[in-house]
Amino acid sequence: MTIATANYDLTPQEKKFVGWHLILAISALSVGSLFGPLQAFEHAGWDLYPYLQPVFKSYYQGLTIHGVLNALVWTTAFITGFLTLTTIRGLQRSLRYPKLNYTGFWVMVVGVLVTAVPLLANNASVLYTFYPPMKADWLFYVGLTLVVIGSWIEGYGFYFTMAAWRKEHPGETYPFIALASSVTMAMWQIATLGVAIEILTLLLPWAWGMVGGIDIQLARTYFWFTGHPLVYFWLLPAYLSWYAMLPKQAGGKLFSDSMARLVFWLFLLTSVPVGFHHQYVDPGVPDSWKFIHSILTYSVAFPSMLTAFTVIAGLEYAGRKRGGKGLFGWIKALPWDDPSVVSQLLAGILFFFGGIGGITNASYNVNLVIHNTAWVPGHFHLTVSSAATLSFMGITYWLVPYLTGRKLWKPKWALIQAWMWFIGMLIFSNAMHVLGLLGAPRRTPLGEAPYVPAEWNGHLLRVGIGGAILFVAVYLYIFIIAKTAFGGEKASESEQVTIPVAEPLHASPIPAWMDTFKPWLIGAVLLVVIAYAPVLIDLITHAVGSPGFRVW
Amino acid sequence: MTTKPIIEIDPYEKTWMRISLGLLVVFIIMVGVAGYALGFQLPASETRVNPQTVATDPNSPWSNPGLRELAPGKYEVYILAQIWLFNPREITVPVGSTVTFYVTSKDVQHGFKIQDTNINMQIIPGYVSTLTHVFDKPGEYPYICTEYCGSGHAAMFGKIIVEP
Repeated sequence: MTIATANYDLTPQEKKFVGWHLILAISALSVGSLFGPLQAFEHAGWDLYPYLQPVFKSYYQGLTIHGVLNALVWTTAFITGFLTLTTIRGLQRSLRYPKLNYTGFWVMVVGVLVTAVPLLANNASVLYTFYPPMKADWLFYVGLTLVVIGSWIEGYGFYFTMAAWRKEHPGETYPFIALASSVTMAMWQIATLGVAIEILTLLLPWAWGMVGGIDIQLARTYFWFTGHPLVYFWLLPAYLSWYAMLPKQAGGKLFSDSMARLVFWLFLLTSVPVGFHHQYVDPGVPDSWKFIHSILTYSVAFPSMLTAFTVIAGLEYAGRKRGGKGLFGWIKALPWDDPSVVSQLLAGILFFFGGIGGITNASYNVNLVIHNTAWVPGHFHLTVSSAATLSFMGITYWLVPYLTGRKLWKPKWALIQAWMWFIGMLIFSNAMHVLGLLGAPRRTPLGEAPYVPAEWNGHLLRVGIGGAILFVAVYLYIFIIAKTAFGGEKASESEQVTIPVAEPLHASPIPAWMDTFKPWLIGAVLLVVIAYAPVLIDLITHAVGSPGFRVW
Repeated sequence: MTTKPIIEIDPYEKTWMRISLGLLVVFIIMVGVAGYALGFQLPASETRVNPQTVATDPNSPWSNPGLRELAPGKYEVYILAQIWLFNPREITVPVGSTVTFYVTSKDVQHGFKIQDTNINMQIIPGYVSTLTHVFDKPGEYPYICTEYCGSGHAAMFGKIIVEP
């Protein structure tokens, strides 16, 4: 048995493996982010797409690349790499079957490359929701499937490692960051069953011409089975960092170890059976089921509200330890000169607004006001692009120095980068929310839409300005990371970064039911079956066939 | 590991848990009352049609889309969504009319949102989306396609003229 140490170090090979994930993630981000600003600029009346002809054909091709690379590839690649590190560091043991994890990663890489071919050839400009009956090149569906399967395989690698640790440490409780990593993966594996079934039983046979038509509502239902918990797959690794790493970086502790664990278990239980709140305005789903999913969606908001308390309490403890006094003095006392901490604090602030907007979206009939409007991308740029992405950026500000043994290149610039992202996102997402309330549709080049009233123009301009700031911020980020990884100054022995892992403030014992997967997995699957089976059976038995179309 | 069945929770955290739960319960009651007592309902029709014949079959109301008057001030309107237009593109009703919309698509998915109203529906080939609205104020109400439906999507809209 190994002795737990505060500074457990990954092997050079493990570091390289995590590093490869970051290279894949940041490569995707660097291509996907080219197109985000182009959409924002189009809204503001500066349409640059005509200048990209004939390489990139349309706004929609750009929007698809932006969504697939940023929301699916950047996130999934970063998350699997980061969770590999937290699994190894949490358990203080190497992966049980490293080759299994390598296989998972390379399957994911192949998946990304296969997806890229039809995307770049304008043969899959179907947006990242790929709603049928728009029919993409079949390679697009195969590529996405491989990305998901790759992430599954890496997840299996974590479970084997967890099981091996359990055997080696009888009577001990799973270390929190390792547990949180595997819970995230388990949730993801239940969640992605939806899109796997959609692609394998509907889209691929249809794209290959084996069936003439597929039921579109059935496909949507499978898609949103995965589509919403996808958000928690993005968020949970950020939560992991906020709970158990950020307090350490700020000089504090994890406020409540047991609560942090409970929150992750609750996410495993309630993340998946909520998809109908993306289908409130759909025909074919009875309103009673929509209402039930509304209640379930509120239940999944509960662990996020607990997170707000525990994370802020941990930060307050840190701030007070650093000498902060009074009701708000502890906030000022936090290390506002540390770009990794600041990125994550700002991500948390943006997510506060994202969470409130999320409650609005979940609210059954209130959703009628904002469904399919610009509000929705305004909202999820506060979740995936702020809570997750800005946190991930902050994490890489310590992670890349840790993996490479080099010092972060110009931390001041990293600090500026984080604030630029924050300010750009505030302007962009606020404008998008307001436009949505005024009725502006999402995923539409509003610069050319004939029905745009003059009242929207000021907000459309703000979308462009926010997009421009974000554009500079994201490439500043990529530049800083590249400079650090490939040209950074070698850190001396005493300057070496260690993985920040916060100690719990109270070492309260963890009851057995909170340290075993079985009851939670059974509960999660049961809830999914109850929440989905009746509607799915109805949709399957009354299926209506739709042929495919290429309309871009 | 211990056999202690419950976890320790900070008293402040307990209060926060109660507040969080309380808020969520209040929210769900509010939307429930709005939905089931005040009639702010969602489109949830389970009517299915064949998307390949819905526009041509003479028995299909969408083979001849448009407005039908059921009684004075009471209308139904069948709208066919297709790339990249709504048929009909313009509807005129007198102020105070109650209008029920039946919308379906003969090709890809579309959206149907009438500005300044609560009418907001996903249009799915094979399914009929329906909602009812009372037009109390005269004016022009654009209805726009809110779901990506191909290269002409941004130009897809129509309008309801409510005459005084």
